[in-house]
Amino acid sequence: MRLSVDHVTRYRYDAPVRSVVQSQRLTPSLFAGQKVIDWEVTVTEGRKGAAHRDGAGDQVQAWTIAGPLTSVEVRVRGTVETEDLAGVLRGHRESVMPDCYLRSTPPTQADVALHRLAETASGADSLALAHALSQAVSDAIAYRPGVTHAHTTAAEALALGEGVCQDHAHALIAVARLRGIPARYVSGYLFVSEEGAPHEAAHAWAELHVPGLGWVGFDPANRCCPDARYIRLGSGFDAQDAAPIRGVARGGTGESMDVTVAIQQANQ
Amino acid sequence: MSQFNEMYQGAAVRVPYARLQDWVATMPQELRSLKQAEAEALFRRIGITFAVYGEGGDPDRLIPFDMFPRVFNAAEWGKLEKGIKQRARALNAFLVDVYGRGEIIRAGRIPARLVYQNEAYEKAVAGFVPPKGVYSHIVGVDIVRTGPDEFYVLEDNCRTPSGVSYMLESREIMMRMFPDLFRENRIEPVDGYSEKLRRTLASVAPRKCRGEPTVVILTPGHFNSAYYEHSLLADLMGVELVEGQDLFVDGEFVYMRTTEGPRRVDVIYRRIDDAFLDPLCFRPDSMLGVPGLMDVYRSGGVTICSAPGAGVADDKAVYTYVPEMVRFYLGEEPILQNVPTWQCGKPDDLGHVLDKLPDLVVKEVHGSGGYGMLVGPKASKDEIERFRLKLTEDPGNYIAQPTLALSTVPTFVEEGVAPRHVDLRPYCLVGERIELVPGGLTRVALKEGSLVVNSSQGGGVKDTWVLAE
Repeated sequence: MRLSVDHVTRYRYDAPVRSVVQSQRLTPSLFAGQKVIDWEVTVTEGRKGAAHRDGAGDQVQAWTIAGPLTSVEVRVRGTVETEDLAGVLRGHRESVMPDCYLRSTPPTQADVALHRLAETASGADSLALAHALSQAVSDAIAYRPGVTHAHTTAAEALALGEGVCQDHAHALIAVARLRGIPARYVSGYLFVSEEGAPHEAAHAWAELHVPGLGWVGFDPANRCCPDARYIRLGSGFDAQDAAPIRGVARGGTGESMDVTVAIQQANQ
Repeated sequence: MSQFNEMYQGAAVRVPYARLQDWVATMPQELRSLKQAEAEALFRRIGITFAVYGEGGDPDRLIPFDMFPRVFNAAEWGKLEKGIKQRARALNAFLVDVYGRGEIIRAGRIPARLVYQNEAYEKAVAGFVPPKGVYSHIVGVDIVRTGPDEFYVLEDNCRTPSGVSYMLESREIMMRMFPDLFRENRIEPVDGYSEKLRRTLASVAPRKCRGEPTVVILTPGHFNSAYYEHSLLADLMGVELVEGQDLFVDGEFVYMRTTEGPRRVDVIYRRIDDAFLDPLCFRPDSMLGVPGLMDVYRSGGVTICSAPGAGVADDKAVYTYVPEMVRFYLGEEPILQNVPTWQCGKPDDLGHVLDKLPDLVVKEVHGSGGYGMLVGPKASKDEIERFRLKLTEDPGNYIAQPTLALSTVPTFVEEGVAPRHVDLRPYCLVGERIELVPGGLTRVALKEGSLVVNSSQGGGVKDTWVLAE
């Protein structure tokens, strides 16, 4: 499937800031399931900084923007050719050992309820167990925007029984780790065609490491594995670690942000 | 428990201390008191009052200085030096390996869990090899002695070991107060440390550096207990002492603000923890670091010393495997021994530890400064039982070691001169070359019979001499 992306993030500062530094993971991952046709990230008044591919295989680009500034706009535009690999992250070069992703971080810390949820799932092998865990999370947390926020933990979302894709991913990561399966958070985009489906074009899901297959994506928010509708950007222990944009403004007081994402099927 | 006295064997004086026998025997009581007061005044004047190793406590409390030196002869030091350098090489080889292919884990010599699930393991630097393959540029190896030829390593400090300013200032003060001693004894100088440190740091300049590298020391600020040491080292090396807010990232490099405008920085000797280095990579709320620093580091625009992630090598559970690292990477037998250590996380080890609790020292895996620690032979029944509970609740959090009969060195006390237990921390420098200044920090437990040398719990410091051949 050929998907086009137009993703704009606007930061507004209450008072002029001296400068802004950002570390971005806004480039599609290099693996067999996606091929970049064209891709461009622009930052208003920004100066491109260091670029590198990190140990997890993500392409990281730094930007510095000199002030005084009252707003910054990051715009991502591009086209990607995707292929359905049933969630398998084939041909992705990385050097972080899967065992690293057995560590829990504050948002994925397990409580009694997460322990119980993890124990309800069973499977004949790792892959079956991974599917069962993802299903258990889908059943336990209903999709509902607006009830959780950026800092909601997996345990809190489970207690509420409601949340968005970030909460589903955190909960799946938590229960997978409890069952000894390395798991990580993935950020990216999702193309949604059907009416009424959970619409989160700036999307997130989880990857679980399955012996023999390697990393496999699971999206409990949509009860499926990533397919040709998904564009993968980067990964991390949790949402904060995998954030597509991390930034700091020097000398600012308050900041607000708004995001618009449009994913469309492009003409061949 | 028989204890090795480094000066006396029965009535006989061991050779390295021969000349100190007369010195102490002929020193009048009044002179001694006078000198002790003078030493204290000097220490106070230079402002060296911080707690060693971030032990906490009152930051303005003066750490007692004992004028009786601790002495090694050339042969003793020669062995220590070889052993310490060997260890520093192995620790760095381990770090390069675990952030690369992890051969030692694939070979089954170290459990994967201890490394990859360790909090000090930084995923952010996996796959990155720092300049010259060095992660830990200053390795502080804590050593105790139990006999003429018996030395044991208590722990390694691969991140930012502190206390070297005590080595430098203790020597300075001793030379000022007792110049005769330094004429009568041929003592190896330690004042070359700062130049060696500067050379070491300059030798690991990043790939993109052109010309003579600019080195800075990054401190958390003057409220930090080791601030004195940071400023002393900056002064001695002739480099800038900076805080996070003095540095900024622009484009592909890091710059420092100066009165003549921005100046590019090539090597940062940081005295702040990984977690605070860069809010864009680690703790987002950190104000101490430099936003964007890690991206510049990863792309070869700046070197950070010690390298982020170095801490996974000095974890107390990983420590057990250092002799294995020496064999695996260097194909050599370890020159310095580890203290036999039981990992309470292993069921067999835990059983043994619980049986022998009154005879053992139990430490927290991530603890430091002598806190959260049980010294079995010195503990009350209550304390032992309380620790037994803690151990059963979270065994993986503890290691246990036999109580070692630490060597003693004569020390000035109220009643005159008496033996007190000591340890040793030398500072090994690793860059293009591996260097060790002949000396280190000797800590002394000033309380009679005490084995705890931590300054927060009644420890003091001594000048450490290495005699020339």
